[in-house]
Amino acid sequence: MNLVAWRMLTHERAKYLGLIFAIAFSTFLLENQTSIFAGILKRTASQILDVTDADVWVMDPATQYFEETKALRDTDLTRVRSVPGLAWAVRLFKGMPVARTEAGRFAQSIVLGLDDATLTGAPRRMVMGSWERLREPDSVVMDRAGYLLLFPGEPLYLGRRLELNDHAVTLVGISEAGAPFASFPVIHARYSVAVDFQGMERSQLSYVIGRPAPGITPEELCAAIQERTGLRARTSQEFAFDCVRYYLKNTGIPVNFGITIGIALVVGTVVAGQTFYLFTIENLRQFGTLKAIGVPNPRLIGMVLLQAFSVGLIGFALGTGMAAAFFDVFQAKTATRGIILMWQSVALTGGCMAFVVVVASLLSLRRVLILEPATVFRS
Amino acid sequence: MKPAIPAVVCRDIRKHFGEGDTRIEVLRGVGLEAAAGELTFLLGPSGCGKTTLISVIAGLLDCSSGSVEIFGENTERLAPADRVRFRRANLGFVFQQYNLLPSLSATENAAVPLLAAGVRHREAFERARELLHRLGLGDRLHTPPSQLSGGQQQRVALARALIHGPRLLVCDEPTAAMDHKTGEVVMELLAGAALAPDRGVIVVTHDTRMLHFAHTIARMDDGRIVDLQRGTCF
Repeated sequence: MNLVAWRMLTHERAKYLGLIFAIAFSTFLLENQTSIFAGILKRTASQILDVTDADVWVMDPATQYFEETKALRDTDLTRVRSVPGLAWAVRLFKGMPVARTEAGRFAQSIVLGLDDATLTGAPRRMVMGSWERLREPDSVVMDRAGYLLLFPGEPLYLGRRLELNDHAVTLVGISEAGAPFASFPVIHARYSVAVDFQGMERSQLSYVIGRPAPGITPEELCAAIQERTGLRARTSQEFAFDCVRYYLKNTGIPVNFGITIGIALVVGTVVAGQTFYLFTIENLRQFGTLKAIGVPNPRLIGMVLLQAFSVGLIGFALGTGMAAAFFDVFQAKTATRGIILMWQSVALTGGCMAFVVVVASLLSLRRVLILEPATVFRS
Repeated sequence: MKPAIPAVVCRDIRKHFGEGDTRIEVLRGVGLEAAAGELTFLLGPSGCGKTTLISVIAGLLDCSSGSVEIFGENTERLAPADRVRFRRANLGFVFQQYNLLPSLSATENAAVPLLAAGVRHREAFERARELLHRLGLGDRLHTPPSQLSGGQQQRVALARALIHGPRLLVCDEPTAAMDHKTGEVVMELLAGAALAPDRGVIVVTHDTRMLHFAHTIARMDDGRIVDLQRGTCF
């Protein structure tokens, strides 16, 4: 009877395609929006996740997320280094000077000052140049997207001059840093150079980053640092989630995306559910005939479920293909780099579409199950 | 020699719809015996209860009181699932509007009762093709119902009704949508294919042109059998 169910489903092409496209577009919209949402939130923690050398971040207890820092005292680095279980700890500076090119283009930028001796904290992916050249006087490394923002349409090349808060610097490398939440250039320099860009402040130490000694977990080290120094210590993952949570709580991003995702789900459910329901209603006479012939209700349930899950699966596959193509195209663009179709979005959307299909099936099945087979004698 | 067990025995069948002021008595104590090996015609004006009676006989509708026996089996006593199984194995249907599945070919339509009984596709389609050949549709095996004439569609419906070898055939106005000549052809096929000593056929019809096929004619009015004629030539 599966053949009969399949033929009934595909017989009227317009309805069949309508059903599939309703689910495909709902799938596309849901996967698209949830992936972009997750990608944007992930960007809030890009500069934390770029630092692959360190597992632990130490900061002022009032610090809530990466962008807003309250400077530590220089002696805090020594205090942190005195905590047992620490393998090493270095300074990390974060500032936001204005970068200006010789042509007059300017943009707010994120400057990260790396430990002078070790250059710990730099993202390891380089497009051009090398990190070692940061040891040259007044040198910086800029991310590729920032370069394209400040030098639009120009080829990548090193040795360019620019100003950071009126301090002249030379570009010695182009990196592939993780995209920040705002489209600011991400610039790396040595700590001693970077603090000069920000202007005079009593303290300049934004973060201390470190790694636990062998046999100590980052969580254990964080607890020890907090107990010994009174500073806030977080693992890289915890600090990244702190940033995500901050944006979730303090911005309208989740509401905006939530509305779109909610509408996609409701419209998908209503359109696909209603179309499938009407499809079943229009085929009630055929189901009545099958009932009269002696097809039992469990077999009819199987037929309806087969029809519903077939269109659900085909629609979901099409929608996921469309979403994959979308992200494949837009991942290559500078502004949307790093935003990918996440498997979690695909899984979540798959669950939602299964829910849509089940609702549509239940609505339709009810009509089939209560159908009096005697109706087949009515002309 | 006539078999001892009649095809259908209805005893004091009553059926009403609704309750209170909206209660309608459709069958008011119908008693009917349809012999095996015969064509039994049910005649009567519209609304007299013919369709309700064959629905009850076929087990598609529960009667309010009374009993129905089909080849000695009291179908009213069967559990719902058993009644569906009994219907699938023992009954065949021919409808006024044919009720063929538009998405299936003639062969596939004819094979539906076998598929419903779990027969493998290849065997079901082979048997359907053989039967359609015998009914004169050998050149229309892969044609969908929309491309068949009324008479051809009714022959496909007849093949579907007969393919699983049912003991009782229930036909509702099988020639109503046909001209006289086509109706005759269909009735001849029906009589030829369905009649055997261990089978029975009940035909509901308004078509008095076909009465000469009947062995028994039961006339209904107002929910009762008002006249019963037995014979071989009407």
